[in-house]
Amino acid sequence: MSILLSEDSTFIVQGITGREAVNLTRECLDYGSRIVGGVTPGRRGREVHGVPVFDTVQQAVEHHGGPIDGSVITVPPAFTKDAIFEAIENGIELIVVVTERIPRRDVAEAVELAGERGARIIGPNCLGLIVPGVCKMGGIGGPAKDAAKAYNPGKIGVMSRSGGMTTEISSTLTAAGLGVSTAVSIGGDAIIGSTYAELMPMFEQDPETEAIVIYTEPGGRMEAELVDWQRETKSKLPIVAFMAGKFMDDEEMQGMSFGHAGTIVEGEEDSATQKIARLQEAGIPVVERIDEIPERVKEQLG
Amino acid sequence: MPCDLAPASLPPPMRFYEYESRRIVERAGIPVTDYGFAETADEARAAAGRIGGPTVIKSQVLTGGRMKAGGVKFADTPDEAAQHAEEILKLEIGGHMPAGVLVDPKAEVEQEYYAAVLWDGRAKRPMMLFSDMGGIDIEEVAEQHPDHVGRGHLSNLQPIPDFRAKEVVAAAGGLTGRELTRATPILARLAQLQRDYDMTLAEINPVARLADGSFVALDAHMEMEDEAVGRHKNMLSEIGVELEEPRETYEPSEFERNVKAIDEADHRGVIQGKDHGFDGDLGLVIGAGGGSLTLTDAIRSQGGRPANYAEIGGNPSVAKSKGLAMEVLKKDGVEKIAVMMSIVSNTRVDIVARGVIAACLELGKDPAETIAVFRIPGAWEEEGAKILGKYGIEFRDRGTSMWEAAGEAVEKVQGGG
Repeated sequence: MSILLSEDSTFIVQGITGREAVNLTRECLDYGSRIVGGVTPGRRGREVHGVPVFDTVQQAVEHHGGPIDGSVITVPPAFTKDAIFEAIENGIELIVVVTERIPRRDVAEAVELAGERGARIIGPNCLGLIVPGVCKMGGIGGPAKDAAKAYNPGKIGVMSRSGGMTTEISSTLTAAGLGVSTAVSIGGDAIIGSTYAELMPMFEQDPETEAIVIYTEPGGRMEAELVDWQRETKSKLPIVAFMAGKFMDDEEMQGMSFGHAGTIVEGEEDSATQKIARLQEAGIPVVERIDEIPERVKEQLG
Repeated sequence: MPCDLAPASLPPPMRFYEYESRRIVERAGIPVTDYGFAETADEARAAAGRIGGPTVIKSQVLTGGRMKAGGVKFADTPDEAAQHAEEILKLEIGGHMPAGVLVDPKAEVEQEYYAAVLWDGRAKRPMMLFSDMGGIDIEEVAEQHPDHVGRGHLSNLQPIPDFRAKEVVAAAGGLTGRELTRATPILARLAQLQRDYDMTLAEINPVARLADGSFVALDAHMEMEDEAVGRHKNMLSEIGVELEEPRETYEPSEFERNVKAIDEADHRGVIQGKDHGFDGDLGLVIGAGGGSLTLTDAIRSQGGRPANYAEIGGNPSVAKSKGLAMEVLKKDGVEKIAVMMSIVSNTRVDIVARGVIAACLELGKDPAETIAVFRIPGAWEEEGAKILGKYGIEFRDRGTSMWEAAGEAVEKVQGGG
């Protein structure tokens, strides 16, 4: 089993004729994903690796002859909000937003609409998600042969604010024989569609998932939210965390921005040290090294 | 700020001078005093003359602490205003020279309030704040007098209703009467402004009730989300903001300027480099976003001293990788570089390998001596390993962890090996 995706899941790619989207489509198809259409306004009638291209999501749904489960959105930032709205209003329930540098207001509007319509957004500024050996939705893990190298099916759920580190961590879990149930690149922006705490209930219900690994960075309140969720639900699903960016706590770095979205520190509340303390207090071990993760997970599993 | 309210994580927002923030709130229909902006002492004299009566002369700098630094002075006459302006215009505050001075009538304030609208990242909605204890640190008020801070979330999709603003004002120490009816539209307009112009923070502190019963914004603080600046060019040009003028929190170093120029010269891939706050001897050619943060920590935790921070992302050209490596190697005291990334799927290992080798050769350095470690597993790694092998550099794949690779680099620099 898995969360969010299964072998039957269908999805489209909005912005499918863009260079990155063409690669992503190839990678997902090779990995076994069911891409049933693509959308680029004005390009109806074309094909991308055999996937038919439409002008609208509505046309894609009509062509498919029934509801489509998901959409990967990779269109320029100025058009992203409208693309998400289009997907939601056409009944799509899982939306992976790859696009970076979308103004927060646009994300917040899309997230609110998704909430009203029962849809879920992953991202923005993310690489999507993967169910090892089954399918992937987005650029996560790269080409199918590379993804196969890093992701074995297994029992650990992975959530990461960094797309690249999702694969690094999963590869470590795979090498240790633990494998991955579902890995989600949740995105690094200030407001994202699905936070750790918002995905936890699904992992909790997934019989395959026995433990969770999260990768986090300074900035935001997502760890505090996770800790609160754990306390409120009395969840027993073990979590191991890795925190990157501790060097930013140093005084000379204060107020600096480090390109990767989501890493300007604004005061003690957001600092790495503070987050580590908060997680550890809640019984979530925070490892110093990525290569310690499998060991810690095994300890947690008992 | 109570912890749930502080803006979350972000590339730094665009900051505004006080006089620009005034113009922004004024455009949004919020009353302000009859202020003037002056870039010379003569202009300050003229502004004070037009205003009439006592004035306040305030330095316009993108930093705090100007009162303490002597950047705010009171004047009774236009000549005195000119004299103060002359001094303030020459006064550097926290490393910043003022863009000008604001000449403000010295207002007869009866009561000060606080109004702000900012993102609540956890609720994913904007939040309005209002307090009848303005003019002081709002965090302190929230802590010591929680009954005096009203707060309320806004929908992102619905029009902003006045009644929500009214509820927030009414919750601030039980305000009623004319205070409630005058303050409500100010907060509602501030909320509209925050939404319309993508402000990460829209704050008026204080909103003042003057002796004549009118309400004005006495000091405003605006920050616009960096990602959204492009869609507000018209408004920004109307209030006189030049988008080209840098508003960095510090002056970029030569290294930072050069890396930026190399990045901008070629659209393929992204490279970023910073050295503000770094002064070590180990040059870093690292990526991607999360990988760079992880690797920098791993080096420091093992006693290494990075000379810089870097991020390689996407699929940069050989020239771009080479450019970054050369800039790092040109830094004072840097003899060796560590070339490391988390597992890549987009960036090509062979291209980065070619780039860093070319950088060494162009600077007359032996790549095998100069590259302390090369650890980039992933796309095109076999090809990368081959190229590295030709120059006697050992390729580290995912069998070497990020921590181990960082440790090896530290050892090589410190052991001189």
